[in-house]
Amino acid sequence: MNLDWSESQELLRKTARDFFARESPPAKVKQLEKTPARQDPDLWRKIASLGWLGLPFPEKYGGANGSFLDLVALLEEMGRAAIVSPFLSSVVLSGDLLLKAGSDAQKERLLPAIANGSAIVAVALCESDASYAPDDVQLTANLSSPLEGEELSKREPSALRGEGASVPPWRLSGTKLFVLDGLSADHFIVAARTKPGKGPAGISLFVVDATSPSITRAPLASFGGEAQAEVRFDNVIVPDDALLGPLHKGWPLVRAYLRRGALAMCAQMVGGAQQALDMTVAYAKQRIQFGRPIGSFQAIQHKCADMATDVDTARYLTYYAAWKQDAKQQNALEISQAKAWLSDAYRRVAREAQQIHAGIAYVDDHDLQLYFRRAKAGEVLFGDADFHLREVASLLKL
Amino acid sequence: MDFAYSKQERRFQKELHDFLTKEVPTDIKSRMLGQIESESGQAFQRDFIKKLIEKKWMAVSWPKEYGGQAKPAIEQLLYAWELSYFHVSPGQTGMSVVGPTLIHFGTEEQKQTFLPMIARGEVTFCLGYTEPNAGSDLASLQTRADRDGDDWVINGQKIFTSGADRSDYCWLAARTDQSVPKHKGISMFLVDMKTPGISVQPLITLAGYRTNITYWDNVRVPASRLVGEVNRGWYYAAAALDFERIALFPWGRLEYEFDELVRYCKGTMRGGKPLSKHPEVRKRVAALSIEMSAMKLLAVRAAWMIGRNRIPNYEASMLKMFATEFQQRLSNAGMQIAGLFGLLPDGAPHAALDGLINYRYRYAVMPTFGGGSSELMRNIIAQRGLGLPR
Repeated sequence: MNLDWSESQELLRKTARDFFARESPPAKVKQLEKTPARQDPDLWRKIASLGWLGLPFPEKYGGANGSFLDLVALLEEMGRAAIVSPFLSSVVLSGDLLLKAGSDAQKERLLPAIANGSAIVAVALCESDASYAPDDVQLTANLSSPLEGEELSKREPSALRGEGASVPPWRLSGTKLFVLDGLSADHFIVAARTKPGKGPAGISLFVVDATSPSITRAPLASFGGEAQAEVRFDNVIVPDDALLGPLHKGWPLVRAYLRRGALAMCAQMVGGAQQALDMTVAYAKQRIQFGRPIGSFQAIQHKCADMATDVDTARYLTYYAAWKQDAKQQNALEISQAKAWLSDAYRRVAREAQQIHAGIAYVDDHDLQLYFRRAKAGEVLFGDADFHLREVASLLKL
Repeated sequence: MDFAYSKQERRFQKELHDFLTKEVPTDIKSRMLGQIESESGQAFQRDFIKKLIEKKWMAVSWPKEYGGQAKPAIEQLLYAWELSYFHVSPGQTGMSVVGPTLIHFGTEEQKQTFLPMIARGEVTFCLGYTEPNAGSDLASLQTRADRDGDDWVINGQKIFTSGADRSDYCWLAARTDQSVPKHKGISMFLVDMKTPGISVQPLITLAGYRTNITYWDNVRVPASRLVGEVNRGWYYAAAALDFERIALFPWGRLEYEFDELVRYCKGTMRGGKPLSKHPEVRKRVAALSIEMSAMKLLAVRAAWMIGRNRIPNYEASMLKMFATEFQQRLSNAGMQIAGLFGLLPDGAPHAALDGLINYRYRYAVMPTFGGGSSELMRNIIAQRGLGLPR
């Protein structure tokens, strides 16, 4: 048992905290939020130069072979600084999908590029339901020129992946919503229906060049500050080697992506909640009313104590799930427990922070609002409390 | 970071678990008899202590020279957790308060007399702290001890003196100096409950078990039974909390309650399907499971800190507050899920889980004020943890 960070993780935390305070202060974050793509290439280059964009990748892809807890250490600081960047999409999630399911060629092409910052990869999953459920995936991927009389859905995967076989390209058509970092992405990993229907069967993933002229993208101006986009695929032609992972059986990869996203989100939310608490405690110590610091009133102290309890419980639920991930133990239950808890806990902390700051932080240029908004976005991204409570109930075999 | 228990810790936990599974009756009714608070529960505890002594599982946290096992902190946590899961009290007053205080502050004679008896489970204590006008503000207590020759003469009244009717001794806090500020004039005494002048009047609680008011009328206590030095009692009581943390971890009983609730939901049909298939029940139980995990992690954190010689300060208060408030949410959820069947207590036909749910709902009212109220815990978190001004 050891609940301390390692020395190198402590160093990473400190470096990251100092770096983001210097390079991405709240004023800059708020400016960035006003731009459509919500991506700062200059900041991204600097992050790349620190080697963090390859943190979880093996060394042969230009990575640092870091653990998930290493990622948690960094994500927590990103959440604390409320930074806006495609780190989660590109490094934590797309990179992991490529590592898990990519062909050697796909990995060699994209992972070093993600790691050095020259390529941003985003995942396009949600559609009109935005429910993180398989039925929501309706974007179609059809083989562009079926052989005469052939029903595409009956074609054997082996025929498609056959050695040296010249296979006709796929055509993707449909609209994706809430594509995180969809405007700044150079490539998408797209969940598509390769067999018509509903349910998890018949979903496949494709790596798609985001600059295709048949793709149109528009920002979705989320108040949470994260970079959301609507992405239309209008008969986008992709080659057969764009298929990522098994044909028709991509849903387990999506599930893994959602869980990893939920846990990474938790780490960011812990950092944000801690920052909202720290700001509030500092304010309560210096704000004088009735001749005393308001932090000396029990009404305020008890709110702060509850906030601290929310933060500490959230923190350890997150660390525990992350540790299990590194220990290669099943952690779906722990991830859903952490995300269900954080979805509510961060929002509670951020709301009480607003209440204790009162009017001064209701004014638009106060930094606390960043956290109030991030808390709500974090609550619904990668499954809200209801979503994860349903998961927990199933995993408990109720 | 590493949340894994060591091999030794896992072995200890398994040994405990296997032993308790074998030795503690498993059906709920007999576990209800094992309720720590009830008469029969106390008798069960006394008998069980003998078994623990045979296994060398008493005084697990004490130093070896006083008959203890000097177990590391994480093993103390596992010990308290497992025992409390099976309704065996891991932190009786003698073990958790009297012993450690005597070890650090008692006179040689007091150590010689009391420690071996406590370690063998041969002597029981009640706590004489709270008074009608000294609850959260304990230091304002008014029970007085006046020196008369070789004796101290005690006069006053204590309340919520649980176990006074069946304890051999009272660990009593009394004022020995009226002229100094309130914290500075308190001493601790070891008072034989058979001493003339003590009268015990029962108070029956909402949960059905007995506590007491005790009246102290010219009770003569030999000077040798004043613990350590005169007027140092307040500091001893505070310090005892830092040496002895096993009483921090009796939350295995909540895990038992949760497990039983899950069993109830799976095994009880409502509207043609098990309760556990009703969406609203699933959601509630799932939410409880998260608080349960959070509580365990707060306990693990406190134990780990102790093992590293870091004193859990606000962390201990957070654990106490969170666990006791969770207990209320847990028992309330049980009552709401059980519906009308939850209204029936132990012994009534049709009672949900043979009355366990009903009992725990009534019991859970107490721990959020017993042993330091949630409000005091929040003060500690805010002031010592977050540095907010007094």
